[in-house]
Amino acid sequence: MNRVRTADRAARVVLTACATLVSLVIAAILLFVGSEGLLLFRDVSPFEFLFGLTWNPPLGRYGALPFLVGSVAATAIALLIGAPLGLAGAIFMAKVAPPWMRHILRQAANLFVGIPSVVYGYIGMTLLVPWVREHLGGQGFGVLVAGTILAIMIMPTILGVSEDALRDVDPTLEEGSLGLGATRWQTIWLVVLPAARPRILAAIILAFARAFGETTAVQMVIGNSPVLVRSLTTGTATLTSQIIMEMGQTPPGSPWNRALFMMAFGLLVVSLLMILLVRWVSNRGVAR
Amino acid sequence: MTRQKLADRIATAVLWAAGILILLILAGFLLPILLQGLPVLDWQFITTRSSAVREGGGVGAQFFNTIYITFLSLLFSLPVGVGAGVYLAEYARPGRLTDLIRLSVEALASVPSIVLGLFGMILFVNYMGWGFTILGGGLSLALLNLPVLVRVTEEAIQGVPRSYREGSLALGATHWQTTAKVVLPTALPGILTGLSLVAGRALGETAVLIYTAGVTASRWFPNPDLMVAGETLAVRIWSVTSEGLVPDADRIAMGSSALLILLVLAVNLLIALPLWRYRRRMR
Repeated sequence: MNRVRTADRAARVVLTACATLVSLVIAAILLFVGSEGLLLFRDVSPFEFLFGLTWNPPLGRYGALPFLVGSVAATAIALLIGAPLGLAGAIFMAKVAPPWMRHILRQAANLFVGIPSVVYGYIGMTLLVPWVREHLGGQGFGVLVAGTILAIMIMPTILGVSEDALRDVDPTLEEGSLGLGATRWQTIWLVVLPAARPRILAAIILAFARAFGETTAVQMVIGNSPVLVRSLTTGTATLTSQIIMEMGQTPPGSPWNRALFMMAFGLLVVSLLMILLVRWVSNRGVAR
Repeated sequence: MTRQKLADRIATAVLWAAGILILLILAGFLLPILLQGLPVLDWQFITTRSSAVREGGGVGAQFFNTIYITFLSLLFSLPVGVGAGVYLAEYARPGRLTDLIRLSVEALASVPSIVLGLFGMILFVNYMGWGFTILGGGLSLALLNLPVLVRVTEEAIQGVPRSYREGSLALGATHWQTTAKVVLPTALPGILTGLSLVAGRALGETAVLIYTAGVTASRWFPNPDLMVAGETLAVRIWSVTSEGLVPDADRIAMGSSALLILLVLAVNLLIALPLWRYRRRMR
């Protein structure tokens, strides 16, 4: 009996340690990446880093605004394409599709998730970029293809979470609407979608965070020119693509190296803000 | 009223179109890889070592490293992730500490993989002085797995009916005995489903590994040395297309992509099949 009691107490200690370790990991990431990045401001003014348009480390110019704009533009395109498509797919699966079609789509969503991001990037690079170059002009590389690839990568997330949200809407609401003579579409648009809105919004915010932080796929199709985006189909760069391109060639502790770490810290801060935003959106939904 | 009927028809048509479009996009991605990649896959491609400049190299070492690093990352993250999930579901009391841990899990899940890679680089490559190693790659990748494992474990345990616990506790079992012998076996299918999701993601990860495990592979394989650089299949696709010098980069990238997707599917099946039998037995 005594041994059982000891095991019980030991288990509690070990499990608490596991959970605390998760907190320690995120704290260590913030501390290490943050301190490495913030040291940049010994050599470079925060104003130049945030608003400077010239990125030329050998000449001591560390303007990171082009990368921020590139990230925002690619992510915005991804949401413009991916959110409506994912949401439409979710409505279709939850309310319209016959069971066999729903089954096929669910398997398809699983397959989408199973494709590694580097493969998305490779297909974008070998199929989409030449197609865009031929039909829309420009270099092909750029935020349009990057945004399209990202849209396809985030679509399954929006699809999955939104479908669950739509399915969980109280069926009596729907029956009431249909009973009053509304069509199926009126019911979906005026009753079901508003009821599921907080969770759909949360899914879109998480998709934004994912697209903003995606690296390999974007780097392969963005063109990697460290200049401000000029058009949808000319080369530019994003925060993530620039980090992966240049990290290998910078000596640790140099301003160049620290500038890249500062960009990584920026990514980290944005993703944490998104988590807080998701919490706020979800709580507001509950409060109503 | 007829206008409303018309709108309903149009909406239905548009929703069907969206569903079909999603399937077409999937086909547009999978078909080129399978059509061009599968013919590349033969015994020689999977078992010979890669060449930096010459044609005809294989991906033997990368194939081994992919499985090895994924295995290591699961080895490190599974105990901690499941432990933290059990803590949150079974032991945590509402309060500041629990809130903080929940927020940490969500925050860690949202950290971009490139940031995890840089963190691993600071810690393992520079601070510990290991350089690019399979061990450093596996540990960094474990950080990517960790929050997902915590979440799926917690959700799986929350799905276990209360009456199971009450029955066990009423028979005089301790909290831990109940958790280990009643709650966890019931939650196992859910945890394993999450595990296959995590493994699939780890197999195809690049951004975490490029600056922790590196872009070079051992000359011979299987090389179980933890302290050597270990390029994986996914990293190979990236390195061969973005900075490679080999003339047959497309052949290698297509072949590796097909191999990687087959590997992910195989791991999913490997976990799904016994799970299916386990579920039937539990009934």
